[in-house]
Amino acid sequence: MIQLCSVEELTPGTVTRIARPDLPAPLALVKVGDRVFCIDDTCSHETASLSDGWLDGHEVECPLHESRFDVRTGRPDCPPARRSIRTHAVRLVDGIVYVEESSVAAEEPAR
Amino acid sequence: MSTIAVVGVGLAGVRAGEALRAQGHDGRLVMIGEEAVEPYDRPPLSKQVLLGTYEACDIALTDTASRAELDAEWLLGTRATAFDPVTRHLTLSDGQSLHAEGVVIATGARARTLSGVPELDSVHTLRTLDDARRLRDDLSRPGRVAVVGGGFIGAEVASAARALGHEVTIVEFEQMPLLRQLGSAAAGVLRRLHTDHGVPLVTGVSVTGLVGRDRVQAVSLSDGRSLPADVVVVGIGAVPNTEWLAGSGVALDNGVLTDEWCRTTVPGVVAAGDVAAYRCRGGRRLRIEHWTNARDMPATAARSLLATLRGEDPVEQPAHDPLPYVWSDQYDSHLQIAGRPDADDALELVSGSFDSGFVAVYRRDGAVTGVLAVDSPKEFGRLRRELRGTWATR
Repeated sequence: MIQLCSVEELTPGTVTRIARPDLPAPLALVKVGDRVFCIDDTCSHETASLSDGWLDGHEVECPLHESRFDVRTGRPDCPPARRSIRTHAVRLVDGIVYVEESSVAAEEPAR
Repeated sequence: MSTIAVVGVGLAGVRAGEALRAQGHDGRLVMIGEEAVEPYDRPPLSKQVLLGTYEACDIALTDTASRAELDAEWLLGTRATAFDPVTRHLTLSDGQSLHAEGVVIATGARARTLSGVPELDSVHTLRTLDDARRLRDDLSRPGRVAVVGGGFIGAEVASAARALGHEVTIVEFEQMPLLRQLGSAAAGVLRRLHTDHGVPLVTGVSVTGLVGRDRVQAVSLSDGRSLPADVVVVGIGAVPNTEWLAGSGVALDNGVLTDEWCRTTVPGVVAAGDVAAYRCRGGRRLRIEHWTNARDMPATAARSLLATLRGEDPVEQPAHDPLPYVWSDQYDSHLQIAGRPDADDALELVSGSFDSGFVAVYRRDGAVTGVLAVDSPKEFGRLRRELRGTWATR
């Protein structure tokens, strides 16, 4: 497990970017209600940071081209994005957010 | 079981087909595309495709799964050449005749060309995948590139050609690129983007001729100068593809005229995307050639067409009245523009600086009419959302 941050650092209604040398890819965290969701921060369409985007319920809108991704499934709702982004299981222990190491390991791009 | 024909399978056509299915059309769906290739997305043509980072498979608009879900008959490499509103028959370029209760016109627009100049091999427009491949081949050899037109296509091609190591010059009729669309402050920023990257602009001139036998050697300009060039790319706008509708009863005027619900003057015929000159609230007529409009307009067209075919009144459905949005990638910068500013609206910096990344708003009589950003997506998104709120209630 990789420790990411404390739950208190996550502001409801915003997307928090976590990019660190020990993470193979930048991640984005979203707190909705009591749950915390973790997705890849980089849009599956072109290089945009989803943490710059708009959060509406469980959906994050890419700041460049407006595809919206469901943080629960990673699926985009409309073009230009066609591919899902990765979602990662998080664990909350004593108010700290952890993510599974194998889950965020770098993977070959689909293309 | 009714048949709906979607004429044109660019983004608007594909989205129309998808929207028709999503909204419950379970009859026959025929997708008619002039090009013989599977539907593809156009924005990367002037960027990643020219640079060679994307191939055709990277810009496909459909895949095996989405085509299966669409459950359509595809007539690719086929054009509609006529439509008879009485018998409701489409005539196709292969001689076939197709009966359709509903028709979606999504034939888009084609690149405008220079008139009165000879056709030479190394003179390009950029609209299709074939165009992009031919231009990419020409850019694979060393040579000087002249880009005619400093709009988005011209700017992106200039940027790609520069990245490929070419000496590039832009020829622009106005004193600055996009001056009439964005005003002098923003146009000045765009001009600087070019000059900072070693791409000079020759402004206030038009092209009067092309010199060369098979391939171009130089561009003759209206001020008497001659600009040496081995490759010329012409990016001077687009013309809606409406010729096939002559005599169909579908009213045309620089595009297919539609109302707010994408209905043409012929019942059961709707239009969407670049080809559609729609009437928005307030009666103004707009033909928007932006990608986002082609993505979003077909949903209204499909809803309205299906309502008509069911004998219902589409006016009960939401009208098409989006906040316009367009982006452009030039050199390493990402431009975003929302709204519909006039060139003489005041441009006011919100954050950043015109020399690097910034967000600025256009104002007229105190009210925001548009948002312009360079490399500031987050702040742009916030202001665009605010503008969207006032847009909906204006």
